[in-house]
Amino acid sequence: MNIHEYQAKEILKKYGVAVQGGFVAETPEQALEAARKVKEEFNSDWCVVKAQIHAGGRGKGKIAGTEHRGVQVAKNPEQASEIAGNLLGGTLVTIQTGAAGKVVNKVLVAQDVFYPGAQEPKEYYMSVLLDRQTKRNVIIYTTEGGMDIEEVAENHPEKIHREWVDPGVGFQPFQARKIAFNLGLEGKAFKEMVAFVTALYKAYEETDSAMFEINPVLKTSDDRIIAVDAKVNLDDNALYRHPDYAALRDLAEEDPTEVEAGKYNLNYVKLDGNVGCMVNGAGLAMATMDIIKLSGGEPANFLDVGGTANAETVEAGFRIIMSDPAVKAILINIFGGIVRCDRVANGVVEAYKKIGDVKIPIIVRLQGTNAVEAKKIIDESGLKVYSAIALKDAADLVKQVLSENSAA
Amino acid sequence: MSILVNKDSRIVVQGFTGNEGTFHASQMIEYGTRVVGGVTPGKGGSTHLDRPVFNTVAASVKEAGADVSIIFVPPAFAADAIMEAADAGIKVIVAITEGIPTRDMVKVKHYLADKKARLIGPNCPGIITPEEAKIGIMPGFIFKKGHIGVVSKSGTLTYEAVDQLTKLGLGQTTAIGIGGDPIIGTTTKEAVELFMADPETAGIVMIGEIGGGMEAEAAHWIKAHGTKPVVGFIAGQTAPPGRRMGHAGAIVGGKDDTAAAKMAIMAECGIHVVASPAEIGQRMKEVL
Repeated sequence: MNIHEYQAKEILKKYGVAVQGGFVAETPEQALEAARKVKEEFNSDWCVVKAQIHAGGRGKGKIAGTEHRGVQVAKNPEQASEIAGNLLGGTLVTIQTGAAGKVVNKVLVAQDVFYPGAQEPKEYYMSVLLDRQTKRNVIIYTTEGGMDIEEVAENHPEKIHREWVDPGVGFQPFQARKIAFNLGLEGKAFKEMVAFVTALYKAYEETDSAMFEINPVLKTSDDRIIAVDAKVNLDDNALYRHPDYAALRDLAEEDPTEVEAGKYNLNYVKLDGNVGCMVNGAGLAMATMDIIKLSGGEPANFLDVGGTANAETVEAGFRIIMSDPAVKAILINIFGGIVRCDRVANGVVEAYKKIGDVKIPIIVRLQGTNAVEAKKIIDESGLKVYSAIALKDAADLVKQVLSENSAA
Repeated sequence: MSILVNKDSRIVVQGFTGNEGTFHASQMIEYGTRVVGGVTPGKGGSTHLDRPVFNTVAASVKEAGADVSIIFVPPAFAADAIMEAADAGIKVIVAITEGIPTRDMVKVKHYLADKKARLIGPNCPGIITPEEAKIGIMPGFIFKKGHIGVVSKSGTLTYEAVDQLTKLGLGQTTAIGIGGDPIIGTTTKEAVELFMADPETAGIVMIGEIGGGMEAEAAHWIKAHGTKPVVGFIAGQTAPPGRRMGHAGAIVGGKDDTAAAKMAIMAECGIHVVASPAEIGQRMKEVL
């Protein structure tokens, strides 16, 4: 589960990780108030207004139809309020949001951390995540902060350092020192980095996170080490241990159809294609999407109905898929193992009749226990539903339906 | 022959008396699997499905000779159940449970490092040696004894492949669902190694999906050591980056995670890669 920058920073702070200070605001008035608080606390008129959406690239992204960037510096609280007004309610489009963008409902009014001082400020990159290969957590860091890490990995792989954590003993002080030395730090900044990375790892582990990405980690002009941005992804499977973090979920950031599907325990991911699908099992669902593509269509969604494909779940699945106007056909692909195909077939027929006005062709492929009986049920239902048993036949039907579509 | 489990395997069911455990243990027994008992802490001494219930896995090993366990306990208690089985001397642990926190699995992997136990899963359909032992939740009737080894990350996609094989007259030595989580006990490569070493296995079907590097690791091993034809399929060719596709581990993070990258490496390493899951069985028949 993704959370907002301001929420991530709250968590980091709790664990003693130094962060760029700031206050969240939902209106220009609140932003003015927040900026005044920033001024009071950090003794500077300047502050930074940051749009809070679940996507990166905010600094370069713009509010649709305007030139307003997602992260802007304000020279005084009044200007911060004005910037907040420009961002709030707008749709921010970044390289990560896609063309549709994301609506900005909150801004973070934060301290200006690039203040002048004895030293030149310097940006680093640091992330903590699971290395699937070694089955251990790894801290990835580089002196090349503030940039796209994928690019650094591509062009300067030698600049990327990795520090694996032994699950038996956990993160050790010598590792923290190694990281600080590798980043070329000394004196106060060295000590601050050791404390920073130690607290960061503890926060990662104890919050059951799947990923922490701090980009940039900043060495300020007075040699402090702080997290200027924070991207935190929590392990969904562990949320039961952290009800307070589960409550940080922002439904406004998610596709409403996906949220709706979740209510029926359907695992749905919206895609951009023209053929919807409903499948039991995640692997077979992905494979079914691939079949749609190979048959000349584009998958409109991923939808795993799980172990129980009954009339209720099938009906919910139908409605969810058909709420997408781009869908021109639906392929239902169920491999009946423990669940019997004839039951699923009856469920499909029942759901179809209940919905009534189905305008797009539906292909039902039922294989496994009682597949022949199931096909008979579909064929004799009198509904405009194509049936198949073999996967290849289903693929051919998708092709046929799509060509009929384009002919009509 | 077969790998890991056979008709002599003595199975204990952890989470025996719960709904899932009861249902699937019944199905396993019906298939002819030698289920010697179950474990439900606090219910030791009672009987369930005509089999003894033990308080601990250790007791089931000592008193019923259990050497394989299957786990149906809820996610919050599953890591503990796996470690208990390993501590008790169980040789093959099959964890069906879906939704175990990753942090727990990091600990489990570390704990198992110096134990003899082999873990399969979690979040998997289990393992079956047709007509001998079904230790999982797969529909037994689609499997048939034969000479193809099947290893797959997914449940129903495994059934799909097996069904195609069986209908073409190609039975299976053993089929393993290794699971779709980021951290799993037995990797694709390890399963392939076991099949390569099994004299009865003539060909291998290897089914993967987006996310992680297990398929590439197996492919490189096959290129260096493979002696039998391998047919491969990767699900998720159309999956968008950054979205989790059902399985916790099925997510494209970097370019090596994509189906296209994996299929290219597999093809380079001499694996017969099919683009469509409908062709898995047919291709195996052709290359045997």
